Amino acid sequence: MPNADLKPETLFKYVLRLADDQLILGQRLGEWCGHAPTLEEELALANIGLDLLGQARSLYSYAGEIEGKGRGEDDLAFLRPEREYLNALLVEQPNGDFAVTIVRQVFHAAFMVPFWRAMTASSDETLAAIAAKSLKEVEYHLRHSSEWLIRLGDGTQESHRRSQDALEELWGYASELFEMDALAEEILDCGIAVDAAALKAEWDATVNAVLERAALTRPADSWSQSGGRSGRHSEHLGHILSELQYMQRTYPGLSW
Amino acid sequence: MTEKNTPLWEVFIRARNGLSHKHVGSLHAVDAEMAMQAARDVYTRRGEGQSVWVVRSSDIVASDPTEKETMFEPTGSKIYRHPTFYDIPEDVGHM
Amino acid sequence: MYSQGLIGADGSTHEDAAFLEAFQKRVDAELKIEPNDPMPAGYRKTLVRQIAQHAHSEIVGMLPEGNWITRAPTLRRKAALLAKVQDEGGHGLYLYSAAETLGVSREELVDQLLSGKAKYSSIFNYPAITWADIGTIGWLVDGAAIMNQIPLCRCSFGPYARAMIRVCKEESFHQRQGYEIMLTLCKGSEEQKAMAQDALDRWWWPSLMMFGPHDADSTHSDQSMAWKIKRFTNDELRQKFIDATVPQAEFLGLTMPDPDLKWNEQKGGYDHGEIDWDEFWRVVKGDGICNRDRMKARRKAHDDNAWVREAALAYAEKTAARETAVAAE
Repeated sequence: MPNADLKPETLFKYVLRLADDQLILGQRLGEWCGHAPTLEEELALANIGLDLLGQARSLYSYAGEIEGKGRGEDDLAFLRPEREYLNALLVEQPNGDFAVTIVRQVFHAAFMVPFWRAMTASSDETLAAIAAKSLKEVEYHLRHSSEWLIRLGDGTQESHRRSQDALEELWGYASELFEMDALAEEILDCGIAVDAAALKAEWDATVNAVLERAALTRPADSWSQSGGRSGRHSEHLGHILSELQYMQRTYPGLSW
Repeated sequence: MTEKNTPLWEVFIRARNGLSHKHVGSLHAVDAEMAMQAARDVYTRRGEGQSVWVVRSSDIVASDPTEKETMFEPTGSKIYRHPTFYDIPEDVGHM
Repeated sequence: MYSQGLIGADGSTHEDAAFLEAFQKRVDAELKIEPNDPMPAGYRKTLVRQIAQHAHSEIVGMLPEGNWITRAPTLRRKAALLAKVQDEGGHGLYLYSAAETLGVSREELVDQLLSGKAKYSSIFNYPAITWADIGTIGWLVDGAAIMNQIPLCRCSFGPYARAMIRVCKEESFHQRQGYEIMLTLCKGSEEQKAMAQDALDRWWWPSLMMFGPHDADSTHSDQSMAWKIKRFTNDELRQKFIDATVPQAEFLGLTMPDPDLKWNEQKGGYDHGEIDWDEFWRVVKGDGICNRDRMKARRKAHDDNAWVREAALAYAEKTAARETAVAAE
């Protein structure tokens, strides 16, 4: 621990937030399996989903170590009540049509690229190592989802309309990614966390450039939603968890 | 109704530096960028690749199989192009 | 994942005797046939049909297992399952590509599946209802698939053989993944063991049906053997599968749901009870419990996403036109 005053439960929560984001988005992408627009995209979405699951696993394992109560990745991923999941609302939003899935991915990846890049300089060696590995993965997610959004935005009238609708639908969930609360500030002061608020300019530049190539209009900042970081979710999370946790809840305490 | 065909691409992968690119298969993609990404996502999932080429299948010029004899048989008689054509006594050693 | 013993592939062909004899000589000499080589029309037709059935089976085969990705009990199992189902999509892709070298497009092949004209392996018309089914599918269905696919790596048609080599290489983890799930269940609680036994009870017979009808009832099989499209008969492969699988079930402590199953010292293999061929044909002809659901799911994925494929094509056309315009300036 770089700072003796930092309570383990504070860092634990911070790492959980990160882990939950990747798990829930990975779970959403898993829902696409067998239903994608093309066979090639079937494989691409699964690749992204597998990257995110891998990141989630490393983060949960580390969170379990920090907590020091013997909980492993599965205990944390499967056996918490809804209010203890700390993911951003963006990642729990339903897949919708392919445009919604792609816009959600662009928003997420455009944030995670500068986030992981900054995290590689964290004073926490484990997080810095996870960041270095994850950065390469999300750079590809950004490339893949951006190129799709460009094709959908500048494709047919229908695809343009669907992409613009998807942008409007998800726009208000993006701002939560940049929120810094007392917990995040405390960890930032210790040199561990990333200043998420400071990543907004890069996110804007990335997203604006994609929207321009996609011939799409940047929505107005007329509304925003947050609450995920303190466990106040949309109704969608409960349904995700009822599938995610089904086996562990139905057959408690068994090995699989 | 059968929908409009998405172009077919051929994928070539260099497994490690020092080897040449080798044909590994094909895929469908609307343009070069999507073909490149699909090649990566489909054909390099087990660390098979260091470098990828994608080529539109329609851009490949292939020899005509009915001209196989004209194209390739005349070379068969030029055995003097092969080292075994020449007699060198074994005493000379490896050459 | 798997191709069934071919159902009703018609290898009839109309070339003259000299042409057919010359072709047969090449095949007998184990020379591979490549897409542009002269080949009998029946050979081409049989291959397109078999490779397409095989590809469709991979694609439809994603559905029963895909159905469990969101519910996998641990993160390790979830990742392995997603990777496995993804592989199946890849295998479908390799196989469609192999069929395409024979002059049929991916779009036509997909159309044949969605219109119900083309067949796929009947095993995927059974439901995956518990987690143990995921283990059993990996162990039995992939196990049966491997029996079928390894000889296909030596198929006389080059692109199919090459696709199968890639598929077999990637698939080596699939069966192990399934068997490991079964092993964990069988070492677990009473209800886990019961779950494993129940899954075996439901999947054993359908997995034997994967090899297709008895040799005596298998039409056109001889021609496929002669052309080396098929290298073993349905019954030979089924026997190999049973002989390999029974000891694996014993190791798990599970009971095969066949009272007639016993070792036959004389033939050096297991004898087994009669397969319910009425059920087999019923499922092949579309009346299995999941046939309608599988087709509905495939059609929905295709139709709901048609706008995505159209958009990508429209974008590519627009960009190409823009580039031409710039070049003309």
